[in-house]
Amino acid sequence: MEELAVQTYRVTRADLVRYAGASGDFNVIHWSDRLAAKVGLPGVIAHGMFTMALAGRAVAAWAGAADAVVDFNVRFSRPVPVPDDDEGTEVEFRGVIKGVTEDGLTQIDITATCHGEKVLSQARAIVRRQHA
Amino acid sequence: MPLDPSFVGRTYPPTAPYQVGREKIREFAKAIGAADPLHHDPEVAQAAGYADVVAPPTFPVVLTMAASRQIVDDPELGVDYSRVVHGDQRFAYQRPVVAGDELVCVNTVEDIMSRGGHGFMTTRTDVSTSAGEPVVSVWSKLVVRGEG
Repeated sequence: MEELAVQTYRVTRADLVRYAGASGDFNVIHWSDRLAAKVGLPGVIAHGMFTMALAGRAVAAWAGAADAVVDFNVRFSRPVPVPDDDEGTEVEFRGVIKGVTEDGLTQIDITATCHGEKVLSQARAIVRRQHA
Repeated sequence: MPLDPSFVGRTYPPTAPYQVGREKIREFAKAIGAADPLHHDPEVAQAAGYADVVAPPTFPVVLTMAASRQIVDDPELGVDYSRVVHGDQRFAYQRPVVAGDELVCVNTVEDIMSRGGHGFMTTRTDVSTSAGEPVVSVWSKLVVRGEG
């Protein structure tokens, strides 16, 4: 098993606003503390699909190509709270090469953590790997 | 109200074609911080064998999330969207999405189950070009939280 270089991405409220616009996901829990609290959340949380998109960036970096992903799967195990300040939060992605499929594709298992807690589980990508 | 398991296997009519724009791909890539020129520069994409800029792997959610409202908003199924939490997500690609693609989504309810008072529904959206070329299949598991 080969461990890949850790990828860390900072997430701020501005990023969530930009992602909402780009993706079309305007769910209030991703921009309003008041409305997030109403449904029992501690405050605004990142879009799960934004966290998955960041995982996709990490996979592209590991695979050495932005078009490498053939199959990509995650489970959203815990929300990523994003405070309303300049620092926001950080999500850390670790990847391990699990092996090569019979089609010659590479399986990467992904761990995503925020403040040391797993925010994705069963996260895995199958990629065409360009270079090590 | 529990989700009706008789919906398993139901397939909905194809959605209206979605035209994938170069600027939309750039906007999405920028929003997720994906700076690779393959997402931004048509010349780089063409040198890599694509007709135009290539979308990041999770880009299809732009279409499929809107398309899956066909299921979530189906009054017969009766999902309370305010109780929906995103559980799992998977993309299986035939090829990447490229600017200029005209894409159609076909939604299918793949699985419905109840556990611990919560409802779980897996939907599959098959995304193909309007000419019928399969591009990507997208699975979402939605959790409908039980009351109380």
